Amino acid sequence: MAGWLERFSLSKPKSAEHAKERLRLVLIHDRTDLTPYELEALKNDLLEVICKYVEIDSKGAHISVAQDGREQRLVADIPIAKTRKRRSG
Amino acid sequence: MSATTITITSGKGGVGKTTTTANLAVALALSGCKVVCIDGDIGLRNLDVVLGLENRIVYDLVDAVEGRCRLRQAMIRDKRVPELYLIPAAQTRDKSAVSPSDMVRLVDELREEVDYILIDSPAGIERGFRNAIAPADQVIVVTNPEVSAVRDADRIIGLVEAEEKGPARLIINRLNPSMIKRGDMLTSEDVLELLAVQLIGVVPEDEAVIISTNKGYPVALDGKSRAGQAFHRIAQRLRGKEVPMESFSEKEDFFSKISRIWRSGGE
Repeated sequence: MAGWLERFSLSKPKSAEHAKERLRLVLIHDRTDLTPYELEALKNDLLEVICKYVEIDSKGAHISVAQDGREQRLVADIPIAKTRKRRSG
Repeated sequence: MSATTITITSGKGGVGKTTTTANLAVALALSGCKVVCIDGDIGLRNLDVVLGLENRIVYDLVDAVEGRCRLRQAMIRDKRVPELYLIPAAQTRDKSAVSPSDMVRLVDELREEVDYILIDSPAGIERGFRNAIAPADQVIVVTNPEVSAVRDADRIIGLVEAEEKGPARLIINRLNPSMIKRGDMLTSEDVLELLAVQLIGVVPEDEAVIISTNKGYPVALDGKSRAGQAFHRIAQRLRGKEVPMESFSEKEDFFSKISRIWRSGGE
């Protein structure tokens, strides 16, 4: 009876959705030869370098690998912090 | 006559490369083309049993490459269709007996004789795979709608591109429509979105394939089964015909879901 009710519930994610999501991530790492750990390190290094030149809002930064056909691109969206210095100075 | 050479590969083993090669060869031959298929899996030959020609082997690919026989003598004619030939792999020799340049030379010798040369690649990404794609004009990657097969297909598609044999085209084999309806199998749209390649055909899972392989009588020979018909449609597409792509992926709507649960008695 519990199984019968379960079949009606729409909230349970289907296994095919799991497969697709897992494959999406695995293929990005296979194609770029970047482990999740390396991607995280790259992100941190990148932000550090940018910080030398401009003040950024690192919490709002998004750096990820996106798929474009069979090509991968590194997409960085890094908000620049509002500079208050000039006004006050 | 100058043949088109098509290599069928996959990366992962067991996805249906040999079945696909055998059935496309049969379907092309039945549509009036002269076809030679070559088993590239040296040491693990199987195209002969799938085609039901295992008792007629005298010479093999390695004999032809090493000059122990003429190429003609290694070609076994399938008497059930007008113009279909098999060049079997050697069973006892090691894989290094054949090189990519041997394959190119052998295929060039056949080109003027036939319309299509189909090469069944071994699984993996080593020597056998490189031998199989070296003479290819086109590459077909076979996959199943399943995580490990799709991952390996992606790797192979990348390697085919790197060898400048791309773009590879995809066959999704063993699609199970009722599992797709339940949301428990990747649809062909899902697989295409992930792999970003051109689809050349979808073959539904079909018991007829195992039954026909048991008998050595490829499903495409009588063309009544769903898988057999799918192979015939792919063969037509290979010949440049416009054949609409079959869809097995319609998701279940609310009412059919209710009625299915109702019919199953809610157990």
